Amino acid sequence: MNPKITRRRFIKGVIFSATAATSGAGYYIATAASSRSAGAVERLISLSVNGRTRRVDVLPQETLAHTIRYRLNLTGTKLACNRGECGACTVMIDDVANYSCSLLTHQVKGREITTVEGLRAANGSLHPVQQAFIEELAPQCGFCTPGQVVAAAALLIANPNPSREQARQGLSGNLCRCGAYDHYLNGVMRAAELIS
Amino acid sequence: MPSHDVMPDMELYQPLQVEDAVALADRLGSRAWLLGGGQDTYGWLKDRAKTTEAMIDLNGIESLRGVRETADGIEIGALTTLTEVATNTLINERYGLLSSAAGRVASPQIRNAGTLGGNVSQDVRCWYYRRGLDCYRAGGNLCYADTPEGMNREHAIFGASRCVAVNPSDTAPALVALEASMVLTSVDGERIVAAEDYFVGPAIDIENTTALRTGEILTAVRIPSTWANATFYFEKVADRNVWDFALVSMAVAMKMNGSTIEDSRFVCGAVECKPRRLTEVENAVRGRNRDESTAASIAELASRGARVLAHNQYKVPLMDSLVKRALQSA
Ligand SMILES: Cc1cc2nc3c(=O)[nH]c(=O)nc-3n(C[C@H](O)[C@H](O)[C@H](O)COP(=O)(O)OP(=O)(O)OC[C@H]3O[C@@H](n4cnc5c(N)ncnc54)[C@H](O)[C@@H]3O)c2cc1C
Ligand code: SF4
Ligand code: FES
Ligand code: FES
Repeated sequence: MNPKITRRRFIKGVIFSATAATSGAGYYIATAASSRSAGAVERLISLSVNGRTRRVDVLPQETLAHTIRYRLNLTGTKLACNRGECGACTVMIDDVANYSCSLLTHQVKGREITTVEGLRAANGSLHPVQQAFIEELAPQCGFCTPGQVVAAAALLIANPNPSREQARQGLSGNLCRCGAYDHYLNGVMRAAELIS
Repeated sequence: MPSHDVMPDMELYQPLQVEDAVALADRLGSRAWLLGGGQDTYGWLKDRAKTTEAMIDLNGIESLRGVRETADGIEIGALTTLTEVATNTLINERYGLLSSAAGRVASPQIRNAGTLGGNVSQDVRCWYYRRGLDCYRAGGNLCYADTPEGMNREHAIFGASRCVAVNPSDTAPALVALEASMVLTSVDGERIVAAEDYFVGPAIDIENTTALRTGEILTAVRIPSTWANATFYFEKVADRNVWDFALVSMAVAMKMNGSTIEDSRFVCGAVECKPRRLTEVENAVRGRNRDESTAASIAELASRGARVLAHNQYKVPLMDSLVKRALQSA
């Protein structure tokens, strides 16, 4: 089923992406100009992000990480590896942790998207995971923290009272280059206490 | 290697019914790429190592999700996520081998998005190929891995034919062990293929890991009652417990009568471009006890006939050890 690469296509792909890399604007114009066949998706869609409905113009091939960071300006979600290997981009889709770099935005129409910005309570108070991470001095440099927070929050929705081992498994899809894993685990265990 | 924030332009189709998906697959033919959870797909597109004009996103088809009981076993929709496969009670109770295998794929987030259909249909992980080099598998006429200097630590010790890549799927060996079958749907109707024949090596098709034809969609995986509630053993050896692909994995189903093995299926992953069924081991342990002496007696039977490359000799003892452990850990 997979179309195999031909040399011509490969070179074309590289040239195309080189222009995309030099100018963000060029890239939008380039894709906006292309025509679509009948039956393909509508670009203007509604997304439900952190409890609000947002109308956004989304390319068919756009990842959710791209949409939330560069169209909705929710830059709490980090893009690091952009290939499903680190967890920095973790968001919740209907309360389940997902890598937003590895989801098409068009796949989450009609679903509830929660980013790290959407975790605090209506009165502005921190989510128990955020509070516990502060108390346990969980982050070191902080770059992986938004992903860890969202992964931990999703874990506690599915399992409000995890064992340390379950928490370890739950956070195992989030790399921390500083190696602050045990501190994050302490944070998750404390957050579980705060919630109960 | 360079990766790009944004994938190249493509058409995206999101059918809601199997019939529409199949009609699209027929109409678009090799212009289209089927999309499950996308966890294998996006890397190809971001790296520009493969491209596609159109994508048929199967995620909106509700009828392709979930686990159903059938007259003889269970049927798992191809779009069921790996998390669901790993945690579903029906699968856990009767076919724990598959739950264990699905639970070892990649990371929690990838299992939340990745589908069973995508897991068994995924492409090989050889880095030369994934980098976009025009090796045999990409339609070229050489293999970069099978050379004295090639980085072939993860590659095959069996069944190589020009290409030495292995099938990286964790669920594939479990499904072969459970004698599962694949339901392939096209505009011409359904075709049922045994899991053992779904996965193909390079001698049969060097450009594809499966028997899936253009225009076909894998719609379900059926598992018969044959091995339901058998005694299972699954082990995956990888560099890290998360993200990394199997260096060698072992999926075993045994029908026990007391401590005697009446019948068994031993299937090894990551040593060939398809799950490798160890029929000689199965024959050797039939009627014997599951114990240390049986484990010792089959010694190096599993790896017999292996052809190692410059950097993957370790897979030979690893394979033999995993068979032994399956027999010891009663
Ligand atoms: C960092 C990382 C680590 C990984 N680790 C592992 C691992 O340890 N073990 C492992 O097994 N895998 C691993 N994978 C590979 C892969 O992402 C997962 O196996 C996942 O299950 C693939 O499923 P998907 O639905 O996301 O696939 P997709 O990317 O959607 O599809 C994969 C292929 O299958 C085809 N396909 C999908 N669905 C169907 C269908 N219904 N009918 C016909 N064809 C279909 C697609 O066209 C595509 O060619 C890893 C991937 C990444 C990025
Ligand atoms: S092992 Fe296969 S995929 Fe890898 S370089 Fe050789 S031919 Fe290509
Ligand atoms: S940026 Fe998404 S997993 Fe690394
Ligand atoms: S705190 Fe620095 S990467 Fe995790």
